[in-house]
Amino acid sequence: MTDISQRTNENPSWLKRNKLAIAPWIFLVPALIFFAIYVVIPIFESLWLSLYEWNGLYTADGQSTATWVGFQNYVKLWDDPNFWVSLRNNLAWLILYMLAVPAGLMIALFLNQTVTGMRFYKSMFFFPFVISQVVVGLIFGWFYNPDFGVVGTIWKWAFCEETVNILGNATFKCARPVPDILSSPEWATYGIIFAGLWPQVAYCMILYLTGLNNVAADQIEAARLDGAKGWKMLWFVVIPQLRPATFIAVVVTVIGALRSFDMIAIMTQGGPFGSTNVLAHYMFEVAISEYGERYGYGSAVASVLFAIMLVYISYFLWRMYQDEKDSR
Amino acid sequence: MFPRPIEKSGPGTRVAYQAFLPVALILWLLPLLAIFLTSIRSAQDINSGNVFGWPSQFKLLENYTAVFTQSEAAQYMLNSVLITVPTVAISVALACLAGYALAIYRFRVAVPLFFLFVAGNFIPFQILMVPVRDMSVQTGLYDTIAGQFLFHAAFQTGFCTLFMRNFIKALPFDLVESARIEGVAEWKIFWYVVLPLVRPAIAALAVLIFTFVWNDFFWANVLTQGESAKPITAGVRALNGQFVNNWHLVSAASLLAAVPPVFMFFLMQRHFIAGLTLGAVK
Repeated sequence: MTDISQRTNENPSWLKRNKLAIAPWIFLVPALIFFAIYVVIPIFESLWLSLYEWNGLYTADGQSTATWVGFQNYVKLWDDPNFWVSLRNNLAWLILYMLAVPAGLMIALFLNQTVTGMRFYKSMFFFPFVISQVVVGLIFGWFYNPDFGVVGTIWKWAFCEETVNILGNATFKCARPVPDILSSPEWATYGIIFAGLWPQVAYCMILYLTGLNNVAADQIEAARLDGAKGWKMLWFVVIPQLRPATFIAVVVTVIGALRSFDMIAIMTQGGPFGSTNVLAHYMFEVAISEYGERYGYGSAVASVLFAIMLVYISYFLWRMYQDEKDSR
Repeated sequence: MFPRPIEKSGPGTRVAYQAFLPVALILWLLPLLAIFLTSIRSAQDINSGNVFGWPSQFKLLENYTAVFTQSEAAQYMLNSVLITVPTVAISVALACLAGYALAIYRFRVAVPLFFLFVAGNFIPFQILMVPVRDMSVQTGLYDTIAGQFLFHAAFQTGFCTLFMRNFIKALPFDLVESARIEGVAEWKIFWYVVLPLVRPAIAALAVLIFTFVWNDFFWANVLTQGESAKPITAGVRALNGQFVNNWHLVSAASLLAAVPPVFMFFLMQRHFIAGLTLGAVK
C-alpha cells in the first residue's frame, strides 16, 4: 500500500507533471482562435488577394471567380492619379495631425492647476474625444457650411451686406464670396484635418495631464532654485520627464492619422473630384463601389497602407521590446 | 508641480485665470454648443438664417421626439446596444484569460504572442476588410448583429490583451507563487486570486471598448446594408441623407448618438483615462 502511494507521488500523471507548460495554452486558446480567424489570417488573405483580380463573386459550385494577375494591381496603382492624391493627403494628415501633440501639451499646461472646479474643466476639455468621429464630422460639415453654418454666418457678418427684397427674402451682397471650404479641392482636406484635430488634441491633452501628475516635484524645485523658469524649465526639465506620455501621444496620433476614414466619409466622401481621398477611404471606394466590387485592386491599396503602418508598428514593438528587456 | 501653482501668484493673476477658464471652455466647445443650439431650434429659424443667434422658439422636446418618430433612430440605437454589449463581454473575458497566460507563465513564445496581439491592435482596418466581409457573406453573418459583434470582439481582444497582460504583470507575483505552493489548481489561482485583483482593469476596458465600438463607423458600412442591423453611427449618416437641410433634426440625432459614450465617460472617468494611456503612463 505505502509503496503504491509513494509511486504515484513520485510519478504523477503526465498532465500533472506538465501542468505549468499546458496551462498557459488552455488560457490562450480561445483568444488565439478568435484573433487568428478575424485578424491574423485575413491580413495574409488580403496580401494574397492583392495579386488577383476579383469582383467578390463565386460560381454556382462555390468556386471563387478570382483570376491571378500577379503584381499587375500594383503596376496599375503606380499609374493611378487617385492613388497618388490619396498618398499625398495621407502625408498631409500625418504632418498636420502631429500638431495635436504640442497643442495637447499646451492645453494640459494651461489646465494643470488645482483651483476649484478643475476636474470639471478637465473632463469638459476632453469631451470631443468621447463623441464619435461621425458626429464630429457632421458638426464640422455644418460648421463650414457657407449658407447657414457658423463660418458662413461670421463671413456674412464681416464682409456682406444684407438686402431684403419686397417678398421678404434676404439676399446677400458680399465683398468677397463666402468660402465653401468643403467644396474646394485645395482647402477641403485641410478643413477635414482641422476638424480631426479637435478630438485628437483632446486625447493628447489627457495623456499629458496624466504625465504632468507624475513629474518629479523635487526636480522642479531644484531647477527652480537654480533659476530655471518658463520655457527653459519646460524644455529642459519638464518635457524630458514627459517622454512616456509623448511617446504614446505620437503613436496614437500617427495611427489616428493613417486610420482617418470616418470624417472623410461623412464630410466629403473623398470629393470634390477625389481631392480629399486618403488610402483608407480610397480603398473602401474601389473595393465596394457602385461600379461593382474590385476586391483585388482594393486589397492592393490596403496592402500599401498596411506597409506604411508596419513601419510604425515595428518601431512601437521595438520600443516595447527594449522596455521588456530592461524590466527583466 | 509645473506650471507654478496659480495660488502662489498674485491675486490678479488668479482672478484672471479663473475668469478666463470658462471663456476658454466655451471657445473649445463652440462647435458642440452651436450644434446643441441648432438641435433645439425650430425649422423656421434655420430657414430664415437665424443659426447663430438666440433661438426664437425652443423646440427641444419636439425635435428630439421627431428624430424617433420620423426615422429608424430607435432601431439604430437598439442595434448599437446589441452590438456593443456582447463585444465588451467577449473581448474582456478572452483578454482576462489570455492576459493571465502571457503575464504569469514563462514560456518561449509568450513575448512573440504578446507582440502579435499588440501589432494586431494597430493595423489599418482596410487590410481586414475584404476577407472579413467575404467570410461574413459566406457564413450568413453579413448584415446581422452577430456578424458585427463577433468581429469587434475578436479585434478588440488585441487591445484588451495588451492592457490586461501589463496590468497582471504589475501585480505582485508572490501571490501566485504562494498559492501554487499551497497546491491550488491553476484555474483556481486565476479565478480566486488574480481575477478579483484585475477588477479596475476590467472596468477600464469595459468603458473604453464600449466607446470604441459604439463609435465605430467603418465596420458598420462594411458589414451591413439594411436598416435591421445598422448601428446608430451609420444610422446618423443615413438620417443626414433623409433630413436634407433639416439641420435641427440632424443635430438632434447626432447628439443622441453621442449620449451613451459621453454618459459612460462621466460615469467612469477615472477608469476611462487609465485605459487610454495604454497603462504606460501611470
